Amino acid sequence: MGLENLALGFHHAVTPFNLFVAVVGITLGTIIGVLPGLGGANGVAILLPLTFTMPPTSAIILLTSLYWGALFGGAITSILFNIPGEPWSVATTFDGYPLARQGQSGQALTAAFTSSFVGAFFSIVLITFFAPILAEIALKFGPPEFFAIQLLTFSSFVGLGGGNPLKSLVSILIGFILAAVGLDIVTGQLRMTFGFTDLMKGFDFIVAVIGLFGVGEILLSVEEGLAFHGATTGMNLRVVLDTWKILPRYWRTFVRGSFIGFWMGFKPGGATPASFMSYAFAKRFSRHPERFGKGELEGVVAPETAAHAAGVAAMLPMITLGIPGSPTAAVMLGGLIIWGLQPGPLLFKEKPDFVWGLIASMYTGNILGVIMVLAGVPFFAAILRVPFAILTPLIVVVCAIGAYAVHSSMIDIWYMLIFGVVGYVFKKLDYPLAPLVLALVLGDLAENALRQSLIMSQGSLAIFFTRPIAGAITAVAIFFFALPVITPWWRRLRGLPAAAPAPRET
Amino acid sequence: MRTADLITAAVLIAGAGLVIFDSVRVGIGWGTDGPNSGFFPFWLGVIMIAACLLIAIQAWRRSTNTPFVQPAQLRSVLKVLWPATAAVVLMQFVGLYVASALYMGFYMRWVGRHRWVTVAAIGIGVPIATFFVFETWFLVPMPKGPLETWLGY
Repeated sequence: MGLENLALGFHHAVTPFNLFVAVVGITLGTIIGVLPGLGGANGVAILLPLTFTMPPTSAIILLTSLYWGALFGGAITSILFNIPGEPWSVATTFDGYPLARQGQSGQALTAAFTSSFVGAFFSIVLITFFAPILAEIALKFGPPEFFAIQLLTFSSFVGLGGGNPLKSLVSILIGFILAAVGLDIVTGQLRMTFGFTDLMKGFDFIVAVIGLFGVGEILLSVEEGLAFHGATTGMNLRVVLDTWKILPRYWRTFVRGSFIGFWMGFKPGGATPASFMSYAFAKRFSRHPERFGKGELEGVVAPETAAHAAGVAAMLPMITLGIPGSPTAAVMLGGLIIWGLQPGPLLFKEKPDFVWGLIASMYTGNILGVIMVLAGVPFFAAILRVPFAILTPLIVVVCAIGAYAVHSSMIDIWYMLIFGVVGYVFKKLDYPLAPLVLALVLGDLAENALRQSLIMSQGSLAIFFTRPIAGAITAVAIFFFALPVITPWWRRLRGLPAAAPAPRET
Repeated sequence: MRTADLITAAVLIAGAGLVIFDSVRVGIGWGTDGPNSGFFPFWLGVIMIAACLLIAIQAWRRSTNTPFVQPAQLRSVLKVLWPATAAVVLMQFVGLYVASALYMGFYMRWVGRHRWVTVAAIGIGVPIATFFVFETWFLVPMPKGPLETWLGY
């Protein structure tokens, strides 16, 4: 049943215009991934206004291609400059940068891109088969089930996100509160506007993403006084082909990384832990664990495979349930709403050409992407040699343009600056930004699901426990929320030492 | 860090207080057709205050107080921030293109100490390129000022 749909999708994705859009998206995405302060989420946010006039399928292809490009771009800075562009590229620096220092950067980059491609491809194949099934199940979901899934989404930030769980919780609450500001669509009442007409429209999450991730990140990187000491690229066809001859040796690492990535990835905030976990497993099962960290090729393969498998898997809940697994997927979800599509399981029934065009474009986008980055590394690496005093104001201006374009309103540029400062302070104090953005996007949906559920049950919260599917999901969500309390207690009971705090997903 | 943590928690508690205050105003109970507008934000505010109090207690108990930001770091952050703020103010009067040209030029010359040729080429070239991409190609209008009016846009 899936294959003829996929064929239909390819029919929509493989048109000259859509392929052109994909090439543009991947190029811009890789540049964005390479630049400090611009990542997948705010790159997609800044370009979103440009898609308003496009047909939805081309628009989503542009944005997803940008995302693939940003994922590839992160590997370039990690290996050549020892600067992880994204948190899930941190593990790639462990062996990628030593390899580059030894003059093996061509090999490391080829391995990284190929692994990314393999991980992504694995996840896309799984999405092709699982997405329709999941959507079919989700069609039976009512408001209580959807609220339970939202609860699960946010509980996994608190329970599995690493860092201080209380701060994760506060970030989620801030996002929900900001989403509630303005007109309440259900009752038509104004809330939390305190008489300011500017607050009536509420806060747009695109502006928040650009401010928090874009401007905030720029402030952080100028504070650290960025200086790029890059290794040379040393890429040519010979190196690529030679590396491809070695890579099949690591097939176990590829398979393991793909499974870890997909499994961790469709839950929010999964890419970073997946990359670390895959690296740790590769080291444990390696015959030469002592070589890891000094320039072992397998140490590049493992995290890159898992991170990209996870990055793609984050699209699965976005397409099938209308609940994004990452900030980037959240921005794309916002795009769907702007293009007049209703995200959720019905999309498979109502807009099969869009959904399958999107899935087919994941195949074409990743194949194009790996070819383009392999060929374009010297060009992309050259971007980082642009002096910082030129890049910084340029990125700020690009952010301002993106923020203004959403609603053509000046106040949004001010919000962007304020969000930028907030993002800078929060990042330093270890308040995670991703849950805030996700809550801001999902706020209205979550509130409506909660209200409708309560109307169904005449105001009783028991409805989230008595319906079988909702009950099971709620139980898992409560377990995740309680995890930060249970874990230390459990460790003490077993006589284990307290765990080191896990690295935080942004 | 400790001080910054305490201040942030206090600000957030104050914010949550405002949220609760306004939620009570619009009603936090059961309306004619389901929960009132204030129902959801009210409980968000309540949980927020509880969580922030716990964060504040955690921070209070911590003995070390490393500074939140070094003076030198703060200087470079402000070097980005205040010209950007000035540029946004300027944007209201002269439009986005002129303001960003001035902002980029100022930053490149003042912080980067680049040659005037570089400054002029990038400071003028980038806004012109953006103008054509947004105004003519994608038809996304940006704030414009007297210069654009004079040029006939």
